[in-house]
Amino acid sequence: MTVSKIWVFAEAADGNVSSTTLEMLAKATELADTVECVTAAGADVAGELGAHGAAKVYTVGGTDGKLLGPAVSGAIAAAVEAGNAPDAILLATSYSGRDVAGRLSVKLDAPVITNIVDLAESDGSLVGTEPVFGGTTNVLTRFTGDKVGIFLVRPKSFTPAENPSGAAAPTEDLAAGDLGGTAAATITNRFVEEQSGPSLDDAAVVVSGGRGLGESEKFQMIEDLAKALGGAPGASRAIVDAGWVPYSYQVGQTGKVVKPTVYIAAGISGATQHLVGMKGSKNIIAINKDAEAPIFSVADLGIVGDVHKVLPALLEALQNR
Amino acid sequence: MTVVGTGHWSPAGAVCYRRVARGRIRDMNVVVCVKQIPDPADPGELDPNTKTLKRDVKLILDESDSYGVEMALQLVDNAGGGEVTLVSMAPNSEVGGLRTALAMGAAKAVLVSDDALAGSDSLGTAKVLAKAIERAGEADLIITATESSDGYTGTVPEQIAELMGLPSITFAKEISVEGGTVKVQRQTEAGYDDVEAPTPAVVSVTAGVVEPRYPSFKGIMAAKSKPVDEVTVADLGIDAGSVGWAGAGQEIVEIAAAEEREAGTIVEDDGEGFQKIVDYLAELKVI
Ligand SMILES: Cc1cc2nc3c(=O)[nH]c(=O)nc-3n(C[C@H](O)[C@H](O)[C@H](O)COP(=O)(O)OP(=O)(O)OC[C@H]3O[C@@H](n4cnc5c(N)ncnc54)[C@H](O)[C@@H]3O)c2cc1C
Ligand SMILES: Nc1ncnc2c1ncn2[C@@H]1O[C@H](COP(=O)(O)O)[C@@H](O)[C@H]1O
Repeated sequence: MTVSKIWVFAEAADGNVSSTTLEMLAKATELADTVECVTAAGADVAGELGAHGAAKVYTVGGTDGKLLGPAVSGAIAAAVEAGNAPDAILLATSYSGRDVAGRLSVKLDAPVITNIVDLAESDGSLVGTEPVFGGTTNVLTRFTGDKVGIFLVRPKSFTPAENPSGAAAPTEDLAAGDLGGTAAATITNRFVEEQSGPSLDDAAVVVSGGRGLGESEKFQMIEDLAKALGGAPGASRAIVDAGWVPYSYQVGQTGKVVKPTVYIAAGISGATQHLVGMKGSKNIIAINKDAEAPIFSVADLGIVGDVHKVLPALLEALQNR
Repeated sequence: MTVVGTGHWSPAGAVCYRRVARGRIRDMNVVVCVKQIPDPADPGELDPNTKTLKRDVKLILDESDSYGVEMALQLVDNAGGGEVTLVSMAPNSEVGGLRTALAMGAAKAVLVSDDALAGSDSLGTAKVLAKAIERAGEADLIITATESSDGYTGTVPEQIAELMGLPSITFAKEISVEGGTVKVQRQTEAGYDDVEAPTPAVVSVTAGVVEPRYPSFKGIMAAKSKPVDEVTVADLGIDAGSVGWAGAGQEIVEIAAAEEREAGTIVEDDGEGFQKIVDYLAELKVI
């Protein structure tokens, strides 16, 4: 049995569809007969979305310089009201995804199932898996009513199609209707933090540092090691909160979810909120001076030692290769 | 202008704004939603029968909300007048977390406590909070955290905004209010956006952006006599069937242990620990 129709809220930056969108499309096409997208990124993304399995792309306009929550939720709600309702809609646990899901939930008077890392069909309805207690326990939930099922999906939960070969999807405008004062928030300026090397999302190697580094200057060792390995630097929340590095470095429940080939955690204790962001990495190396640190419970290779000794020696060895 | 948030707030700016731009002090009233949660250092467990979190422990102020309380207090301080009102929904008339925020300097609180609320999902919670916010009186700003520590659905702020028909700005790192406009630095994937909206508006703040003050002894003593308006679902004019278990519209079908990652090799660094890493990286063909 399959689900009849799923919509995916498609996000894009500078014309590039987000990786979480492609991940959701891969899962949706596995689960449903028809998969369609809703996007505020314009018709240009219809090619890529179609290749990844979208049969149609609904475009929502009038969002230039606006946060997406009000208009996109308004357009979806209007479509549902007009009788064009999917069984479920998948949105990413992202800045815009959450905004849209929250407003849509009120407009449809429908609940949201959040923090989903897996989706399955059972008796014709979708069941979402949410990890709790730092990923030690899974809670499987489904909707009981006949409303559109709104699921917020965590990044890196699914694998995007390897050979996207679908045809470009036809597009159709979706009007948002009257949003009243709700859409009054306006973006007046954008600031992009400079970044060199691969992004945390895409890097094959992630090297993260935590409070065990002792002081902010020592984060340079993490940057250097990441660079030497062609990877991206990451961080625990402790040192983000302490202002050593920007929030964009944060790995974990309230930061990024990463699944690189190799994750190196240096001076990180391994709190459950950090583990949920990196436990899916293929190989994990941990350096911590405390043999009892929880990070060792997920490490493939654990070095019980001082980061100030191990990291410089490691860097030197890599540079001499 | 009053600015609070990452690093720079500007008392000088505040004085200047009051004298030059407006010529008078305008009161600023801020409502902060604060969740009271079991101490995360002492994690609860799921009740196998009811499939809810067991909550027979004392509740504390969710640390995520302490940033919103601090921001609200600074905004009111800088404006030179007005007050911070707390709104919370919690079982068993719990006030532990509210007292902490009152001790920090909030003036009063509305607490919604009602057995009918057990099992509420984020939408049910937002319906209750929206009504409680209205009860709290006119506000220039409604502040929440971006996500709670124990529920972390991150949907409540937008749900409140939509229920109240208000604009909203989520993921705020810095907030300032100037003559009926709230300006926010909103965290983004790539950096941040400057976003502004007319007040009243709902703003959700991210953790770690201000240093929440420690309640002083005086503050703690004063908090004991600050008013907490405790109300039920009926007092707010909410149909009990639309909240709690009855309104949740979802059911848990299974609770299962997640697959465990097997621990690998743990070695004591004897000066050659780095070599183990080099060998392992080489084995993985990363180098
Ligand atoms: C709602 C919520 C959300 C959260 N979200 C996140 C999140 O997204 N990401 C996140 O990371 N955290 C998150 N946290 C915080 C998390 O609970 C931990 O506080 C945090 O991860 C700890 O960071 P840390 O490991 O760097 O610091 P600590 O826990 O202080 O650990 C430092 C470690 O360094 C080791 N050490 C010290 N000196 C040395 C040395 N010289 N050499 C080697 N090792 C040394 C110590 O043994 C210790 O294990 C969240 C918390 C909450 C409540
Ligand atoms: N029961 C509650 N009482 C007061 N505020 C709440 C409650 N639940 C959620 N909130 C607010 O909404 C934010 C986001 O919550 P959540 O959507 O559950 O992650 C919290 O950090 C609080 O500021």
